[in-house]
Amino acid sequence: MEALVASAIGILTAVGIYLTLRLRTFPVILGLTFLSYAVNLFLFASGRLAVNSAPILGRSETYSDPLPQALVLTAIVISFGMTAVMMMMAIGGHLQAGHDRIDLDARDETAGRGEGPEAGA
Amino acid sequence: MSHWIIAPIVLPALVAAIMVTAFRGQLAAQRLLSLAAILGLNGIAWALLAAATQGPEAYFLGDWPAPFGIVLVLDRLSALMVVLLAGLALPVVLYAIGSGWDAKGAHFHPLLQFLLMGIGGAFLTGDAFNLFVFFEVLLIASYGLMIHGGGGARTRAGVQYIAFNLIGSSLFLLALALIYAVTGTLNMADLAVKLPTLPEGDAALLRTAAVLLILVFAIKGALVPLQFWLPGTYANAPGVVAAMFAVMTKIGAYATLRAGTLIFPADLPATGPLLSTLLQPAALVTLALGAAGVLGARTLPRLVAFGAIASMGTAFLAISAFTPQATTAALYYILHSTLATALMFLVADLVTRRRAHAGLDAPAPVAGSGPLAALFLVGAVAMVGMPPLSGFLGKLLVLDALRGQAGLVWSVVLVSSFVMILGFSRAGSLVFWKGGPSPSPAPHEPLALAAAFALLAGLVGLTVFAGPVTDWLAATAETLYAPQGYIAANRLEGGA
Repeated sequence: MEALVASAIGILTAVGIYLTLRLRTFPVILGLTFLSYAVNLFLFASGRLAVNSAPILGRSETYSDPLPQALVLTAIVISFGMTAVMMMMAIGGHLQAGHDRIDLDARDETAGRGEGPEAGA
Repeated sequence: MSHWIIAPIVLPALVAAIMVTAFRGQLAAQRLLSLAAILGLNGIAWALLAAATQGPEAYFLGDWPAPFGIVLVLDRLSALMVVLLAGLALPVVLYAIGSGWDAKGAHFHPLLQFLLMGIGGAFLTGDAFNLFVFFEVLLIASYGLMIHGGGGARTRAGVQYIAFNLIGSSLFLLALALIYAVTGTLNMADLAVKLPTLPEGDAALLRTAAVLLILVFAIKGALVPLQFWLPGTYANAPGVVAAMFAVMTKIGAYATLRAGTLIFPADLPATGPLLSTLLQPAALVTLALGAAGVLGARTLPRLVAFGAIASMGTAFLAISAFTPQATTAALYYILHSTLATALMFLVADLVTRRRAHAGLDAPAPVAGSGPLAALFLVGAVAMVGMPPLSGFLGKLLVLDALRGQAGLVWSVVLVSSFVMILGFSRAGSLVFWKGGPSPSPAPHEPLALAAAFALLAGLVGLTVFAGPVTDWLAATAETLYAPQGYIAANRLEGGA
């Protein structure tokens, strides 16, 4: 079981890193999602892998550590929310720029400056 | 005093919630509430500072005993950072109101309050996982603030910023999982107690965790090679938001200092001097790269952003020595550089909004350039560390503390300061001397100018009261390297 979980985390991380390094925003978001899956599994495994043991005292012969489960729940909620925010901003950027390349070029560096609040949105 | 410890987190959270529910769309009421809340935060922060001078104090959330529950710990360092945060928020909110930036999008003030809540929480928490949660709170608020006002380039810079920070969050979780796997705790004081007795077989895992954690803090602190997010983000964010972000890089410095003194001190057998070995070269390169960026920047906001990177290089250089004297210098330099960077971002915003085009490659007239030129000059003097302002004192303290490695460290600091002087002079003379008279009258923004002058007053205050301030900071640094008080305040139960 250890080998299975470890290789699953490894493959997810590898896929995540490969996609994160892509040029367009959609693969990058997918890559970050894969990375967060890998991290969640890893976090879950930090409480040791055990089968047939409830995270509650007295419900089974041995009990498993409940804390990583709580941590992983927090991490899932946060990464889900962050991915949603990034998705919205990627769509906004795509619609405004007309393309979804993730890098900023020299034109972007000076564009958008010089406008202030009174210039109007 | 005990319940006041949570006030810097609860107050902005409540005010933000009230603003988005009861005062949605009512800008005048939001401005008033936001300003009142930040004034309140300032009062609380100074009261906490006075309390922290007596010794560390812990606040047990839900009255769960440590290490099982989450604790907030108020010590001199966290109180100092909260004071810095509150002190920066006041001019920032005044500038936002005075310049009209907050009217350009829907939720400026609630997002600002959530940002304050996240940063305050990150400074106060005594639990490593809770630190992660507060990082995420401040990040999500910063995403909203960064794209405040909209625009294609700003949104796309925001996407990069989020992607970078999501990777950082993943690394943070990996580090926390490793630490939990070898120690079974995430309370920082408990870690400080348990790590020295760690079995030797777990040392490699712990070293991996320490490096991952430092990587995360280096992303926050924009340390080379993890600084790539900063210039694009700060230069594309609204000027007032970039000024508030000046304190966000300091969170990386704070967290590194906390981790390096409490969790992974140099005498810990598993990690040893690992942190300073890694941090010092990175800090030197950061400083050099920031200075080069100042010289090469094509817009004023990018120039200031690279100045911010250089200042983080100096701060991390002092931190990486991990001695009380160097830490005193680092803390003084952090106070100074937060104010100076924020001031320069406000000046850059004032100038860019009154100038025909943004680039630094061709002259263009600046409307009402008189007070702006003065502010730019003084801000640049502070930022590059020339006398008579606090930047000079800060750099002097850093150089003095690193006397042992004078050859390399002094040359990098001094040469990069010189390069920055060149960069700022080039930009200043192009913007203010070659622009010629402006055809349009300057916009009347007394409150925005007052906010910039308030930051300047802060720098002057820091210079004038450098003696008492450094004395207080020296005592703070001493307590960091003798964390028994911090650990005792947690009243650890079980296991220990």
